[in-house]
Amino acid sequence: MRYAVHRLLQAVPVFVATTFLIYAMVFSLPGDPILALAGDKPLPEAVLQTLREHYHLNDPLIVQYGLYMAGVFLRGDLGETFTGQQVSELLQDRWAVTAQLALTAWVFELVVGIGLGVIAGLRRGRLADTAVLAGTTFVIAVPVFVVGYTAQIVLGLDLGLFPTAGTDEGWPTSYLLPGMVLGSFGLAYVARLTRTSVVENLRADYVRTAAAKGLRRSRIIGRHTLRNSLIPVVTYLGVDFGNLMAGAVVTEGIFNLPGIGQQVFQSIQLQEGPVVVGVTTLLVMIFIVANLLVDLLYGVLDPRIRRG
Amino acid sequence: MVDLKASAEAASGPKPQRNIRGSLWYDAWLELRGRVLFWLSMVILVVACAMAAFPSLFARLGPNEHCDLRMSKKGPGGGAIFGYDLQGCDYWSQIVHGTRASVMIGVAVTVFALLIAVLLGLLGGYYGGVLDAVISRVTDVFFGIPFVLGATVVLVAFPGHGIWAMTIVLVLLGWTTMTRLMRGQVIAIRDTDYVQAARALGAGDRRIMIKHILPNAIAPVFVVAMLNVGNVISGEATLDYLGVGLQYPDVSWGLQLNVAQVFFAEYPHLLVFPAMFLTATVLSFLLLGDVVRDALDPKLR
Repeated sequence: MRYAVHRLLQAVPVFVATTFLIYAMVFSLPGDPILALAGDKPLPEAVLQTLREHYHLNDPLIVQYGLYMAGVFLRGDLGETFTGQQVSELLQDRWAVTAQLALTAWVFELVVGIGLGVIAGLRRGRLADTAVLAGTTFVIAVPVFVVGYTAQIVLGLDLGLFPTAGTDEGWPTSYLLPGMVLGSFGLAYVARLTRTSVVENLRADYVRTAAAKGLRRSRIIGRHTLRNSLIPVVTYLGVDFGNLMAGAVVTEGIFNLPGIGQQVFQSIQLQEGPVVVGVTTLLVMIFIVANLLVDLLYGVLDPRIRRG
Repeated sequence: MVDLKASAEAASGPKPQRNIRGSLWYDAWLELRGRVLFWLSMVILVVACAMAAFPSLFARLGPNEHCDLRMSKKGPGGGAIFGYDLQGCDYWSQIVHGTRASVMIGVAVTVFALLIAVLLGLLGGYYGGVLDAVISRVTDVFFGIPFVLGATVVLVAFPGHGIWAMTIVLVLLGWTTMTRLMRGQVIAIRDTDYVQAARALGAGDRRIMIKHILPNAIAPVFVVAMLNVGNVISGEATLDYLGVGLQYPDVSWGLQLNVAQVFFAEYPHLLVFPAMFLTATVLSFLLLGDVVRDALDPKLR
């Protein structure tokens, strides 16, 4: 319990500093958004002033940030764009798309990644192991957008196994291919991490003890080796969910999925600061909460950390 | 086994001091010497570095030189082994000139990040207390910024950036992993017997950190740094591809892939060739990191 409180207290300043950093960066984007709003026709000074007041643009940055965060936490209000639209409304449908995409990728990483890693680890040095190592290194080395386009052309267009773009066919059909592309990088990491961990644990003293006691091989591997091997993998998978949500920009672009990644990318280029800040704040929150949960889970799985 | 042999050699050799201290790295070298993958990735990297340093040795034409719009997107053949790009430039020459951006950014970012990591990791891990807490929290803050979004925001805020601005942005978002690793290593070594012994003999903090902790802590960080070069190159290409990284008239693989995305269904050579170079370079750094890690880890022998 003390461990949990301690970790929580550490997470708060990190959250504040990270979101403030992003807030400051976004609102230092060049150009005056209010002037940009007016276009070619100059607005009267009074209107400009009123708009600036409305968006708190005359206050110092730290006050703006404070007001914004108060809005987020007290009213669940992510602010409004300079054209008067609610950011939370704008993102409502898009969140679902990205969450479904990230979840598909995550499950793919979890199931296939751990599976391949265990197989490779148990057969260290044999053909299956070499194949997994070579394959994962290759997947890590190829940039995700190249993987995406190749998969789209070969699996989607030429072989017709998956829909090539859009979300018309709903979950899971439309999300399978993009999810596999988005998850490919993490999958390779998970597989390698699992493999190393299994190899190390197979040599551990307690595994030898278990074998010496005459336990069945399936029990030694299932109960003893795997359980301990999966601790670092769980950490990675937890942290990676946040990465997947944030890293969806590229995949959403290739497969034309209307998720938050695409929205943020457009907003950055159109200088829609409030949208960028809203999304990034939420992403950072997800990321920090995931980290926190993993740390707590880690404490449960490995008592040495809790007490250390 | 190998260790025993090395220390036996060291004991009988004329300069035992050097061999004992260098034994981990020396053993690693003995191991690496016999690995095919090591030599394969080294050859690719030497070629890539040569292309980055002296592109004119490899390319027929200069960057964006003698481009002919009538040849736009033509496939390989007739003097141009890789065909032509959108502007009708010789694609082989363009790709060779693109090497410099990737290799330079990859190496420069990693070197700077490694320096930051070693410095902060040593200080935080060794002294602990308030200094360590501050360094750790700052690391957490930068660790929490999503890479693509964070980089995009900064790069859009400062348009007209070249290779060095890209380097700074990537260092800013990329120094945290190695710093955490370094700190952990230093903490593990701080309380070992040999450090205690050095302290008992009256060695100062700086001497302990540089002479005793650093050489023993650096190996895993060094491996991660090698892998990091590949990841940085990949990340830089992604930013170029998204259109927020380097801009024309700069030449880079990421920019070439950015152009290729619209036309690759009809003109696959636009995508395939730069992707091939990019993948080969990134793969070599990753493989090199992998074999060096195996060689440095005595447990796997």
